Amino acid sequence: MEYLIRFAQQHESFRLPEIEALATLAGIDLEIISYNDYAPYCIVKLKDEAAARALIRRSILSKDIYELWGQGSTYDEVHADVRRRTPHLWAQYQKTPFAFHVECFAGKRSHSTKMEIIQSFSYVGFTGPIRLKNPDQQWWVMEEYVSDVEAATPEGMPQSAEPRKIYLGRKIAEGNRSAVDKYDLKKRKYISTTSMDAELSLVTANMAHAAPGKLFFDPFVGTGSFIVSAAHFGALTLGSDIDGRAFRGSADGRKDGMCLLQNYRQYGHMSQFVEAFVSDLTNSPLRRAQFLDGIVCDPPYGVREGLRVLGMKDGRGKQPVYIDGVPAHYRPGYIAPKKPYGFEALQNDILDFAAQTLVSDGRLSMWMPTASDEDVEFPIPMHPNLQVLSVSVQPFNNWSRRLITYRRLPEGEVSDVSLARSKADDLGMSADDLNAFRRKVKT
Amino acid sequence: MKVITANFVTCAVKECKTAQTSFPLHFHDAELEQQELDFQPEFIRNILPRVDWEALRVTANELGFPSIPESKPEGEALDNEQTLRDLHRLLLETHVAEGKLVCGNCGHQYMIKEGIANFLLPSHLV
Repeated sequence: MEYLIRFAQQHESFRLPEIEALATLAGIDLEIISYNDYAPYCIVKLKDEAAARALIRRSILSKDIYELWGQGSTYDEVHADVRRRTPHLWAQYQKTPFAFHVECFAGKRSHSTKMEIIQSFSYVGFTGPIRLKNPDQQWWVMEEYVSDVEAATPEGMPQSAEPRKIYLGRKIAEGNRSAVDKYDLKKRKYISTTSMDAELSLVTANMAHAAPGKLFFDPFVGTGSFIVSAAHFGALTLGSDIDGRAFRGSADGRKDGMCLLQNYRQYGHMSQFVEAFVSDLTNSPLRRAQFLDGIVCDPPYGVREGLRVLGMKDGRGKQPVYIDGVPAHYRPGYIAPKKPYGFEALQNDILDFAAQTLVSDGRLSMWMPTASDEDVEFPIPMHPNLQVLSVSVQPFNNWSRRLITYRRLPEGEVSDVSLARSKADDLGMSADDLNAFRRKVKT
Repeated sequence: MKVITANFVTCAVKECKTAQTSFPLHFHDAELEQQELDFQPEFIRNILPRVDWEALRVTANELGFPSIPESKPEGEALDNEQTLRDLHRLLLETHVAEGKLVCGNCGHQYMIKEGIANFLLPSHLV
């Protein structure tokens, strides 16, 4: 059967990777029949309605899913298609309370034209009461026009007063977009300047297959955006950060324990919280054993947060320091020295860590900057034990970042890393020497 | 720090990673707290194969829970709800609010304050 997914018209390059990740997670065979970055309507082939419901249930970037009744580039084509596909379905909805809507993407129709369009489908013979609030069934006519954005692209089609494509669908189920509002940073108790927005945090958790029974980890946990999103989907969660203040909160602002926990409490996820501890990923105490189902993170790359790891520059500080006969590092208020570190070195450390700690088929979803300027574009970091599943890009005005999702390959399988670049850039002196990206953006 | 986490951490010092005596880290002066959390049997079933049972027995003993089984529950034993509930209680609901974790190899002490363990190393141990 063919179904129509109505996507949200934003974060376009994340939409198919998210839906494909959800199909894999639910064990659903998904075939993409038609898709366009510039429009919300995507036609897919699925086994049945149950598969459609299971696919869409957790999707953040899908609004809803429809049983496809017909499609075409003119109404004549649509009607012919409806008469071909659906006559056997008409009888069962004959007496059902229903609603019939017309939606125009990047176009406009007057109320009377919409009524005429709806009337043109009267041959399906529905005689049930029309109910706009809580109907038992809803049919949607969806018209797709060429948008301004698409027309402005080099290969863009000319705009027209008529739709390019028309669909009729019966609504089956909605996605999980209500979570975007629930986790809105504006309403969250504890955030910082670097907290990832709710929508993309939730997408990240979907890409990494967060689900009940699983254990998830964020090594740069900060205020916990990613692990809170993983908890939303039922995973149990661990987080660490080199700066404990990020999740502990400042001393005077703290009333009932760790600030990060306030977010779990706010959303009712206390039972999904396992641990937050202070550590540096390059010197992590976590055992090198395959025990994590997923790793989700937005590593620091030195634009807003300087990138630092434990240690001292120039190899200083190799001797323990004693104050009044007590090792300085056991005295209250001791601050471990930190040195600047290269962002590519850190990414390699993350991949090594993920390869060692993820179970087979476990997933790493990691954010990193990319630059539109060819000169400073970063290659996709690769590792022989990790398969790159998807790369999605979020563009900003003068920079962009991407979300890369990897799968830990089972033993005996190796991925092709010949496109990766190996670079030991952990020997420089200042954060700027180490980080081409920071040099470019800071100016 | 919860008991389950203690089963997944070892000494952060690189030279200790390969030393057998560095795992599990040993709790000293531990102040225990119990916290009621939703019972999620699918998590216990999923995570149990990844738990180092010998290390868990050592930790449980040090924290005053000497009665855990000698061998890891497997197969049909995981259908027994009481077994899973007991493990849930120990692994997830029991945590050390204050105390130290000490490496059996290098002797380094990691402080736990208000439930948060600090694994940062001074520069001479990095």
